[in-house]
Amino acid sequence: MADIEQKVVKGLTGLRDWVDNRFPLTKSWNEHLAKYYAPKNFNFWYFFGSLALLVLVIQILTGIWLTMNFNPSAEGAFASVEYIMRDVSWGWFIRYMHSTGASAFFVVIFLHMFRTLLYGSYKKPRELLWLSGMAIYLVIMGEAFFGYLLPWGQMSYWGAQVIISLFGALPVIGPDLAEWIRGDFVVSGVTLNRFFSLHVIAFPLLILGLVGFHILALHEVGSNNPDGVEIKKNKNAEGIPLDGIPFHPYYTVKDIFGVAVFLFFFFAVVFFAPEMGGYFLEHANFTPADPFTTPTHIAPVWYFTPFYAILRAIPDKLGGVIAMGLAVNIFLLLPWLDRSPVKSIRYRGMNYRIALTAFVISFFVLGWLGMQGVTPLYTWMARFFSVIYFSFFLLMPFYTAMDNDKAVPDRVTD
Amino acid sequence: MKGYKRLHNTFFILLIMVSASVSAAGGAKLMHMEVDLSDQTSLQRGAKTFVNYCLSCHSAAYMRYNRMGKDLGISEDILKTNFMFGTDKVGDTMKIAMSSSDADQFFGVAPPDLSVIARSRGADWLYSYFKTFYVDESRPFGVNNLAFKDVGMPNVLWELQGKQRLIEKEHDGGAHHAPTYEDLELISEGSQGAEEFDQTVRDLVNFMVYLGEPIKLQREKIGFWVLLYLIVLMVVTYLLKKEYWRDVH
Repeated sequence: MADIEQKVVKGLTGLRDWVDNRFPLTKSWNEHLAKYYAPKNFNFWYFFGSLALLVLVIQILTGIWLTMNFNPSAEGAFASVEYIMRDVSWGWFIRYMHSTGASAFFVVIFLHMFRTLLYGSYKKPRELLWLSGMAIYLVIMGEAFFGYLLPWGQMSYWGAQVIISLFGALPVIGPDLAEWIRGDFVVSGVTLNRFFSLHVIAFPLLILGLVGFHILALHEVGSNNPDGVEIKKNKNAEGIPLDGIPFHPYYTVKDIFGVAVFLFFFFAVVFFAPEMGGYFLEHANFTPADPFTTPTHIAPVWYFTPFYAILRAIPDKLGGVIAMGLAVNIFLLLPWLDRSPVKSIRYRGMNYRIALTAFVISFFVLGWLGMQGVTPLYTWMARFFSVIYFSFFLLMPFYTAMDNDKAVPDRVTD
Repeated sequence: MKGYKRLHNTFFILLIMVSASVSAAGGAKLMHMEVDLSDQTSLQRGAKTFVNYCLSCHSAAYMRYNRMGKDLGISEDILKTNFMFGTDKVGDTMKIAMSSSDADQFFGVAPPDLSVIARSRGADWLYSYFKTFYVDESRPFGVNNLAFKDVGMPNVLWELQGKQRLIEKEHDGGAHHAPTYEDLELISEGSQGAEEFDQTVRDLVNFMVYLGEPIKLQREKIGFWVLLYLIVLMVVTYLLKKEYWRDVH
């Protein structure tokens, strides 16, 4: 027995060495997992990076199987979604995972980004890490927008109509640009077909490439942590950070637990509330797209509503579009707006704590307002909270520079 | 250039529409109904009402007869004799003979497919809709509806329910008062009493909720086991994590 065992081990090691001589297998494994040292004090907020990767995998796999049965034409799209829901074996399950996954993606990414705001993870030397993450976020917004047209329901149709017409607000090129995006004078089967193409191949490729960049950038500079201390400053004789632990097995087992908890909530939605009360799957989207009937109430899916509220708060069309675009993109400037020498909120002064709290409140209120119909009160509320939203960024150079930050410890604290 | 301008304006029109957003039904307050998909006989009765009263003008083109038979415990023989009038192939979907262009001519608008109507309108809306037809001679079919103002459909259930009329109430101060269910009064008896008719409508709505999402009958049962498994997985993975992390200080 021992003899056979020895032979098997020898054979496998031989195979590994054969590959290693031709491809950096062991080297990559060590660089990115077994000998990638991550701070030992990651907390709850550090689950969402790996969870975002998990949701990406869920979306790609379910997307592949949906694509097998989906018909990307104005005549057949709505019916093929119902075909998937009824006649394809487990089609309903695949579809609900995909629709729930879309919302889960934004939940996870918003929390992942919030972690960055909490612990100043965008600050030097992680600017490129932050920018690449923002690029992923922007591309995923596009991906979600394209995907939302595909079921070809009333909300799909009119939502796309509204968003594309925003491009028409740009001076000079606007109308031509909107028509170029649609490929038609109105949203039509042509638009559906190109959105399908962008949704299933172009943008997923972009996302995968950017995720690769994001992870490489992360592993180059190393993870930040809740104390905002650079663990690479304190290394032992072998050059291993004193406060670091190998990502594998410590964070792989920890993240697997996070995956189990996440999947519990994810499948609770998939099996018990796939429509999520009309927030994940909107009721009006169960009516087939009808270019001649405008729904009485058009609201984007929940993850776009904060920006939609900002758009509506500005009385001028072009101004609204610019404000909305700015609201989404202004995060890109964070590494240069933040003048505090301290990363983590644990050692920041009151200024930043108050600003961040106000920002989070404004984000939620704007998100809620974006789902409501317009009343004069709501419009003024949206304006008030838009000002707070932008103040968080635009006043940041001042309030972070003047903050009464505390002393940051040399080593991580827990 | 005219086309551009129109498109340009679409955006503003849409904004106005959002701002003028009224409740989706645009009618009276909805009556509430508890949906109970576990009541198979109710679903069967609802299916019967559906194929007899709805399926001649409306289709349910995404629903197959044999799927319904299997889900609701109806044998293929009974399915063929009591539920299928337009076809004898049990694998067929619930289509109708009337073409949509004919329907357009007859009704002014083609009766919508009802496969997923319960998902877009909601059970409460359907329940209110079926119960609040009232006589209104100004309408082409002589009836109007509280949940669907100026509806283009006759009250197909009138022989069961009887006819209702809307009592015009006097209001103090002349404030506009949206009519409610309480303002309806039966003026001629139907073949069913009020309670019996209420049950007929509940059965019908139950069935239509099933029709909107057939898997709803099973998915929560499957989900229970999935979540149970995940709870076990959470415990195991937590213990695994704890074991590995014992040597981290």
